[in-house]
Amino acid sequence: MTATATERTSSRAEVRRPGRRNPAPYLFILPAVLVLALVFGYPLLTVIWDSFSVPQLLGTSSFGLDNYATVLTDPLFLKSLLNNLRLFLAVPILTIVAVPVAALLFERVRGWRIYQSIAFVPYVIAIPVVGIVFSYVLQRNGVLNDALHALRLDALVHDWLGDSGTAIWSVLFVIVWQQLGFGIVLFVARLSSLENSLIEAALLDRANWWQRFWNILIPHLATTIEFFFTLSLINMLSWVFNYVFVMTGGGPAQSTNVLEMLLYTYAFRDGLPNLAAALSVIVLLISLVLLAIQAAIRRRVERLEN
Amino acid sequence: MKAVGTQAAKQIPMVILALIILLPLYFLVVNSLKTNAEFAASPLAFPTTVTFGAYKKALQGQGIGRLFLNSAVISVFSVFFATVFGALAAFALAKMDFRGRSWGLRLLLPLMVIPPIALLVPQFKVLSAAGLVNNPSSVILIYIGIMLPFTIYLLRNFFLSFPEEILESARLDGNGSLGTFWRVVLPLSGPSLLTASIVNFVFAWNELLISLVFLQSDNSRTLVVGLTIFQSRLSLNVPVLMAGLTIATIPVLLVYLFGQRFLVRGLLSGSGK
Repeated sequence: MTATATERTSSRAEVRRPGRRNPAPYLFILPAVLVLALVFGYPLLTVIWDSFSVPQLLGTSSFGLDNYATVLTDPLFLKSLLNNLRLFLAVPILTIVAVPVAALLFERVRGWRIYQSIAFVPYVIAIPVVGIVFSYVLQRNGVLNDALHALRLDALVHDWLGDSGTAIWSVLFVIVWQQLGFGIVLFVARLSSLENSLIEAALLDRANWWQRFWNILIPHLATTIEFFFTLSLINMLSWVFNYVFVMTGGGPAQSTNVLEMLLYTYAFRDGLPNLAAALSVIVLLISLVLLAIQAAIRRRVERLEN
Repeated sequence: MKAVGTQAAKQIPMVILALIILLPLYFLVVNSLKTNAEFAASPLAFPTTVTFGAYKKALQGQGIGRLFLNSAVISVFSVFFATVFGALAAFALAKMDFRGRSWGLRLLLPLMVIPPIALLVPQFKVLSAAGLVNNPSSVILIYIGIMLPFTIYLLRNFFLSFPEEILESARLDGNGSLGTFWRVVLPLSGPSLLTASIVNFVFAWNELLISLVFLQSDNSRTLVVGLTIFQSRLSLNVPVLMAGLTIATIPVLLVYLFGQRFLVRGLLSGSGK
């Protein structure tokens, strides 16, 4: 919708302006293009090139798919990928919690302003700060276990971050804790564009809370939910390094290793930049596939809406 | 009776949620106001006497003042340039017609999903060849790059709805493109520029990986990186660590409280709605 509107205004502007060789737009985009070329463009080309370049003896190198083969057969690759997939579980949890909370805030549940402010605070705090605080909460002699002890729930006392069975789920909990506010605020903002008359009509029809929620709020939120879902999936794939680095460093026994952590290990601990390059390309390709799926879904939704 | 029941049904989940969010923050702040002995005795209790000794130690003994300054310089410069460069590009993409425009638009979203770590090795090679390791300008440059796609996306959405009539009358007054942009468009874009700046500031202040890799010397580090590295050393005195973490949180919290309403609007336009 917006896209077609823009095309139209710009073609009008074009008629007014003499000739297409106006240098002004290029001068406007020049600083951004230069920075992006330096920060993304050149490094991206280098990474793709390096991913196919296989180091041989005596500093020579050959070209081929060996780096990809090495990465894909590294047992740590599968282990890390599986952990990213486990973290994907945070996305439905975030959505299922954030949408009803947003609905309550939208209805101005008593104290909604304070609740909304509180919910967003974790999102602006640095991940290392969050991670360090939670280490003290979740460790063996941490606050959580103290509390369980005091409540005589000793059976539940557990080394949450130190046990390879629970560490990744503890990381997942912290991610949900921090990211929830973003979803809530996003959904509340979207709901604020809902026509009041729809709600009023539903109230006249004596629709109860769940009926209003399912038949009015959810359809209105559909595209925002889909946007949030895709964005969060990509986050769980490629923006979770900080949580893992600060809380577990990938341990215990690699049980919280994620693809980014493996990339960091290849590049800065093992000195294997070509393997890091191949893994980078793999991660980028998965992200692009997720983006393409989202674009396809959005096109279908828009066609259904029209 | 029924109304009271539903009020309770709505309050209970909100109160539980608020408690889960606030408890770790309570732990952070309350222990920064204790002595180490008192922390060891009971980490969840309220301090018997509130003391700011941990803050004093953090600022004096651990050089946190210096780290704070580094973070501030890096955040302010990167946010300033990302907003200026981003606004220029966004205006061209919204209101001007040129070859490659739609191509540029299509690149914005993919650029936003590239994980920073994927390109870190070549970035490091280029910038260390330029002698910029341990120099804040390396980190500032990469931050600007990471902020730009989002900034352009956000500001373009805003400029799209900028009235053509105002642009037209500025043109008739004899302004060139840059004059129109500088004298007419920017002064009317305060809230959007602020939204972009707030989001970018929070990113820059909190960023870990890039400054960890590029700023390796003790006096060039940022606050967040310094605290992450000192974490194990400071674990002997948890209140000092918590004081440091609180100091690191205050600026973003202030920016958030000041810009809350802009931020909500900004997030919304970022979602393409």
